[in-house]
Amino acid sequence: MRWASCGAMAVVLLAGVGGAAAGCGGGESGPPEINLYNAPQENIGRIVARCNRRAAGRYRITLNTLPRDADGQREQMVRRLAAGDTGLDVLGLDVMWTAELAEAEWILPWTGAYERQVRRGTLPKPLETATWDGRLYAAPYTTNVQLLWYRSDLVPKPPTTWNGLIRESDRLAAEGRPHYAEVTGAPYEGIVVWFNSVLASAGGSILNTAGETVMLGPPATRALGVMRAFGRSRAADPSISSMREDDVRLAMEGGRAAFQINWPFVYASMAANKPRLLPDFKWAPYPGVDGPGRAPLGGANFGISRYTEHPREAFEAALCLRDPQSQLTAAVMDGLPPTIRTVYDAPQMAEAYPMRQAILDALETAALRPRTPTYQNVSTVTSTILSPPGSIDPVKTEARLRDLISDALESKGVLP
Amino acid sequence: MIRRSETDEKTAERRLGLWLCAPAALIMLLVTGWPILYSVLLSLQRYDLRFPKERAWIGLANYGAVLTDGFWWNAFWVTVLVTVVSVAIELVLGMLLALAMYRTLVARGAIRTLVLIPYGIVTVVAAYGWRYAWTPETGWLAGMLPEGSAPLTERTPALAIIILAEVWKTTPFMALLLMAGLAVVPNDLLQAASMDGATLWQRFFRVTLPLMKPAIMVALLFRTLDAFRIFDDIYVLTNGAADTSSVSVIAYHNLIGGLNLGIGSTMSVLVFLTVAVIAAAFIKGFGISTPGTQGGRR
Repeated sequence: MRWASCGAMAVVLLAGVGGAAAGCGGGESGPPEINLYNAPQENIGRIVARCNRRAAGRYRITLNTLPRDADGQREQMVRRLAAGDTGLDVLGLDVMWTAELAEAEWILPWTGAYERQVRRGTLPKPLETATWDGRLYAAPYTTNVQLLWYRSDLVPKPPTTWNGLIRESDRLAAEGRPHYAEVTGAPYEGIVVWFNSVLASAGGSILNTAGETVMLGPPATRALGVMRAFGRSRAADPSISSMREDDVRLAMEGGRAAFQINWPFVYASMAANKPRLLPDFKWAPYPGVDGPGRAPLGGANFGISRYTEHPREAFEAALCLRDPQSQLTAAVMDGLPPTIRTVYDAPQMAEAYPMRQAILDALETAALRPRTPTYQNVSTVTSTILSPPGSIDPVKTEARLRDLISDALESKGVLP
Repeated sequence: MIRRSETDEKTAERRLGLWLCAPAALIMLLVTGWPILYSVLLSLQRYDLRFPKERAWIGLANYGAVLTDGFWWNAFWVTVLVTVVSVAIELVLGMLLALAMYRTLVARGAIRTLVLIPYGIVTVVAAYGWRYAWTPETGWLAGMLPEGSAPLTERTPALAIIILAEVWKTTPFMALLLMAGLAVVPNDLLQAASMDGATLWQRFFRVTLPLMKPAIMVALLFRTLDAFRIFDDIYVLTNGAADTSSVSVIAYHNLIGGLNLGIGSTMSVLVFLTVAVIAAAFIKGFGISTPGTQGGRR
């Protein structure tokens, strides 16, 4: 219990029934408590328990689970950080939040020995998601790339481009077989990563590298044309505008689809839910515009709250939570790909991650989403404008995106 | 006030009364007045929590940004549409329910309880129920639609579902308010009208409705103000996707999601002003007696 929340509680109690705020006394005994706030992850308890054993009384990590959806997670954390809440220590952050939290000075930079330890052996792309303005602001915990998943009983050779995907779907539809290619077309982050990847494959980007000006332009018009063509083709599920990752996964497990674009967690899910389909459930690189595409990059990093009362212990705890052993647990038990290169060679990985080489390959070329403190705004306007993909008008949509994103960058515009 | 007839004792009593009320009044002012004033102050600033250093006074620029924005006006008209349509449907349905409940002779208590159930369910819970019902694959209502339709992702069907959820939830409340109005219509008046040869319809429109006017107006005022603040149903059903944001939802997105206190507060102030205008219009325009003022303006 911290003083700030005790105070608030006392006020509430006074206003309500009166009485003492029980349990708010000072004089905490025992090791400092490090509050970890993380997205729901089934077996993170094991990781925490192991780190607590290793801490040997220097600190004790308490696991706090955030809401399931990314917006809910971000909201809870930024609201409390904005209020200077000292009850947060280690924060499990989506890779897209680093810039925002660093710019607002809500997370501490990693320096000195801590920084060296994080950089050692960590894959370059995940590391890039943890840096802002040339400094390291988080420790990469898990990474993720989307792949093209397909049924080899229906598709002998997976297509490498979006147009190829459309052609294959047409062929399957003509034969009266499952032919949908499932993508995340609902108006949320899922459609933004899709657009960002198609755009990167077309040789463009949403923002410049510094995250300060809008790029878009002809590559964006082209990418939007690809998405529109896909949205109007027979490859698109009629429910495309409500599909999120889980709907996509279920559509394929249910036998409706021949393809899905999704994160590797779908493999373990297929193995558990539809083992009959598993032998024909194969993966291929993310499709592109002219050739192989650039996969979206996801994952999570650990940041340290700037309001923590135990920074040293918090950094140490975060280091343990993302060390090779912890990452192996997260990978094998929860399907979250590691950010440390050597973990991929662990013998346990072979069974859980038959696609691990494909992940490592995709990580080489993966497309980072725009890095800017106002990413949330950029993402919100983009997803609103792009859904449903079939209604995109490449030239007009590009112009509208350009206007809205430049407003969003200055936190001037209104969010829908 | 007739001051002359007041004795010194009465004056002292009044003063004591005021003193006794003062703490409560002061607290009320602090807890309701200060947040309103604070959001007005915030609405005059450029204040994004992510850029604390760029905080600055910018006058009415936020109002300019919001009032010239397409998303805001879309949300505004969505709110107006949902308010007008849902309150109109609720009035008609509520009146029918009220008449039915009022005239029922058997199991009156049970019927009233039954009718009130939707109002008793927490809005968010009910909204989730509706959301799942209309979600393809899982929903029993979506299952009746042609394959591939996802009504909550398209604007018109989504708005219809939002209105449906609102109507389902608050019609019982409307019925309850209207039933209280029905109770004040004297039975002998209706009997007299009947003796004079008035038909059922004539009795309803010429006798019952005019006498119920105050109750109807209060019910309409309550529901209109309530409906204009619609948040939870939209938040759960679409969260503003496919241009279905209401003013409260868009304000929430800008304040909590966007962390833009300036723009978000501007929206809150505009919502507050609109609600005040609606309330004033009802009270001035229709001569409603609000609770606490005896007899109102008549």
